[in-house]
Amino acid sequence: MKTSPDVATTETAKHDYEPVIGLEVHVELKTKSKMFCSCRNEFGAEPNTAVCPTCLGMPGSLPVINRVAVEYLCKAGFALGCDVAPYSKFDRKNYFYPDMPKNYQISQYDMPLTTGGGVTLSSGKRIRLNRIHLEEDTGKNLHAGGAMAGSDYTLIDYNRAGVPLMEIVSEPDISSSDEAEDYLAELKAVLSYIGVSDVKMHEGSLRCDANVSIRPRGANELGTKTEVKNMNSFRSVGRAIKHEIARQAERLAAGDRIVQETRGWDEVKGTTYSMRSKEEAHDYRYFPEPDLVPLALDADVLARWRSELPELPDARRKRFAQQYGLSEYDAQVLTAERSDADFYEATAAACDDPKQAANWLMGDVRRALQSAGFTALAQSPMTAAQLGELIRLVKSGAITGKAGKEVCDILVAKGGDPNAIVAERGLGAVTDSTEIAAMVDQAITANQKSVDAYKGGKANAFDFIVGQVMKVSRGKANVEIVRALIKERLG
Amino acid sequence: MLTGHEIRDRIARRETSALEITKRSIDAVAASEPELRAYLTLTPEYALARAAEIDARLARGEDCGPLAGVPVAIKDLFCTQGVRTTSGSKILANFVPPYSATVVAKLESAGAVMIGKTNMDEFAMGSSCENSGFHPTRNPWDLSRVPGGSSGGSASTVGARGVPIAVGTDTGGSIREPASFCNIVGVKPTYGRVSRYGMIAFASSLDQAGPMTADVRDAAIVLEAIAGLDPMDSTSADVPVPHYEDALRDDLRGVKVGIVREFESSISGDAAMSSLYKEAYAALVRLGAELVEVSLPHAKYGLATYYLIAPAECSSNLARYDGARYGVRVSDGGDVYQMFERTRAAGFGPEVKRRIILGTYALCSGYYDAYYVRAQKVRTLMKQDFDTAFSACDVIACPAVSCPPFELGAKSDPVAMYLMDYFTIPMSLAGIAAMSVPAGYVDGLPVGLQIAAPAFEEGRMLGVAHAYEQSTRFAWARAPKVGAA
Amino acid sequence: MTDVPIDIAHVAKLARIALTHDESAAFTAQFAKLFGYIEELQALDVTHVSATAQVIPIMNVMRDDIIRDCLDRAAALANAPDTSGPYFKVPRILE
Ligand SMILES: [Mg+2]
Ligand SMILES: [Zn+2]
Repeated sequence: MKTSPDVATTETAKHDYEPVIGLEVHVELKTKSKMFCSCRNEFGAEPNTAVCPTCLGMPGSLPVINRVAVEYLCKAGFALGCDVAPYSKFDRKNYFYPDMPKNYQISQYDMPLTTGGGVTLSSGKRIRLNRIHLEEDTGKNLHAGGAMAGSDYTLIDYNRAGVPLMEIVSEPDISSSDEAEDYLAELKAVLSYIGVSDVKMHEGSLRCDANVSIRPRGANELGTKTEVKNMNSFRSVGRAIKHEIARQAERLAAGDRIVQETRGWDEVKGTTYSMRSKEEAHDYRYFPEPDLVPLALDADVLARWRSELPELPDARRKRFAQQYGLSEYDAQVLTAERSDADFYEATAAACDDPKQAANWLMGDVRRALQSAGFTALAQSPMTAAQLGELIRLVKSGAITGKAGKEVCDILVAKGGDPNAIVAERGLGAVTDSTEIAAMVDQAITANQKSVDAYKGGKANAFDFIVGQVMKVSRGKANVEIVRALIKERLG
Repeated sequence: MLTGHEIRDRIARRETSALEITKRSIDAVAASEPELRAYLTLTPEYALARAAEIDARLARGEDCGPLAGVPVAIKDLFCTQGVRTTSGSKILANFVPPYSATVVAKLESAGAVMIGKTNMDEFAMGSSCENSGFHPTRNPWDLSRVPGGSSGGSASTVGARGVPIAVGTDTGGSIREPASFCNIVGVKPTYGRVSRYGMIAFASSLDQAGPMTADVRDAAIVLEAIAGLDPMDSTSADVPVPHYEDALRDDLRGVKVGIVREFESSISGDAAMSSLYKEAYAALVRLGAELVEVSLPHAKYGLATYYLIAPAECSSNLARYDGARYGVRVSDGGDVYQMFERTRAAGFGPEVKRRIILGTYALCSGYYDAYYVRAQKVRTLMKQDFDTAFSACDVIACPAVSCPPFELGAKSDPVAMYLMDYFTIPMSLAGIAAMSVPAGYVDGLPVGLQIAAPAFEEGRMLGVAHAYEQSTRFAWARAPKVGAA
Repeated sequence: MTDVPIDIAHVAKLARIALTHDESAAFTAQFAKLFGYIEELQALDVTHVSATAQVIPIMNVMRDDIIRDCLDRAAALANAPDTSGPYFKVPRILE
């Protein structure tokens, strides 16, 4: 499948133009109830069963602010180094859309809950935040008959209407699609650490729009930007930005102007397309929400919320590298999810070998998760104590590395006591010298050619014989003993 | 029909029953309704069942509340669970709310018996009840005349004593003006005094529910019953609700009554109205009050300020009426936006459309600061005017309206109609308490005296109104055109 | 009469009301008269005046994060002009 523009154009863009990218990220907050009413905030409920007069926008209904949504946003703000506003308010954003029950969204305009702050990329580059504000989500439209344009009618489920959303707006500090993906990963790590959101892009609890423009490298003035929507994974955000940069570069190279517009991302075609032309540009007519009163959060409350923050990914990553002697990369991977990092630390403690714990989690455990069909460590029934015990068994030589992999597969898939698994499957290492000696003798007899070769100076023939012994022992023979005995026999 | 407190006392003495009173109310309304058309929905079966239930509970010795067995009428913008609620608009002609407004729930728990939902200007936009999406209501004092608005149905039925008590809402005068027109007592409480939950919004920062009653004592009883903090309304105030009946007084010794210089000069051109109010102030003095002149220098900007803020809020509040989730849909095969546009074109009357367009415009980028923000600043000045005035007086007495009830169709120019609210808008913008109490007649047509008090001083206001009412006895007069049961 | 800089067609589009030609014409004339009053505000010096969005000085009204009963689906859909199964149904959306 060919996607346009092609790679050559992308390269041209890289050389002639500098991309300027800002991201607007909407994150659903994991409160029990909705933003302005007491309906349950639940993903995947039966359609139109988590609704009430307020979130259906019924006549006479009124909103009341969910305190925990405010708390979660402030905690996110603290975690991202933002300033929580001493005075904040809600505003109405007015536009008609069928999944928005009141035909206005309660949002925040000129006095968001937080300003400033930033996200540090793994490269060390800092992407500044403009603001984080609190608002309500819309319902969901289902377009009967698939494509939006081809359907005769639209079905609406308002369960999601009124779910608390925080909108995190970055400054246009992002310079590439890689940085954009990195930014999202860092953001996701922080937010999942503090437990305010599921941050699952495929379930829509994290959504991202990208403002993309390009300008001649070194220029001060910003180019005309487009807003790209409808990406459903971090990877598609990266792809969409890459495509949009290339498209704009191609346009400019051809002497065209960039039109300020909203563009959708087509995941299948790998292209962006125009969604809304400029004459339909909205006038949102923001004004202060008269049904709510302003927020001036108490300093004591804010201090308490701040003190409740856990160790954040960046700090934990640094600590892991230092305390456990891990590489930057390993520390990064192991701290990306709070539950993974917790698991790692528990495993390290259980086996008393942080380095080995990291190796196992980064290697065999990851592989085993994949073959078991899990996408996250948290899905496996294996406990850190079980993995730690397995690592101990291998380290002590009670089982071989090969047997360890086998036990690991079972643990990841089903959990269990590693000792019991070893016993049950007869995976214990063979350390009895006479038993091994018999196997060594048998291998020497059966592979006279290799013996001759070794004696003739071919060192790798030795390893072949070791391999033959291991094969016979089905991997259970202690390899050190095997080597010693072969050396002894062949002089 | 007796007053609410008379009914309360007679039921307490077992001289009558809730059922008997309710039947009389239903009959009285039935008799006057062909002429007045004060109601959009009548609920006689509901009322009779509820009255019987209250009698049964009273017989068991239960306390059924301060309004036990008293028939009440509810303006049709209060949501009533299971009972059609239209806000006077065709767009909600078939809307049956799944919940009740806090005011309705509180009246019910006070023992009141709802007998119907009253007519109103559509979405409370109007001063004559002629803007109802269904039919106009008539004034019981003269059937060729309007009852005022927007709470016209409530005023008309209380004026005719179909019920002793109704509730209305006031955004810029919608309780006080019809109260004045129908010779009844109408109270607009302080903003935040009464919950707005379940009240169909017109202008959220101005709307307040209040009693419309046969006399001041009933207003005190009803206000106490419906006032107070409501966790469902973030703008309701956490201010204790006094027992307002205790504040009702019989003289005004020691009370300083402010007379607004600007209002007096604006009404001086109308000899009849001017002399009526002069006599009203004289009556206050006879009761022992001291008159002091106060000034509201920004009152003249009230109309302009109000007609930016209220339409702006209404343009947003009424966006939800789009034919998607409830109400009447008009669609002929186009896309969803065509459905929205046709539904709203067919469902809204001209006054509502006019205000939505005006308010949308006032909020548009490029105009927002010049209109909406500026209006809010003038609102600050108006509030300061009242603060200054109340540093020199306890209450303000002034006209409720500039004229007695006018004939249907007499004010076809919308701006002329807007001017009807000249004396009531400043108090609404400042959010303070104000009320209208019957003050006499011009050519046999009722006119009300407006009394205003600082925020949350409804007790003081009701006290002054009570002394005035008791000495002048205008509130006892019955509408001549419609017989009472 | 004051000249009104109002583009009724544009505003009606934002407000999603299909106005007739007669309505637009009538509104234009009526607004001209009303703006005679509204423009008076421009004469006031409000430079140092703060805006009053709300008259009562209440702050920080929040509720606890507690779930209460939702409407039954039947009650939620009862007033809908059109439904399909568990959904509200509206004409198609053309972007
Ligand atoms: Mg947003
Ligand atoms: Zn809800």
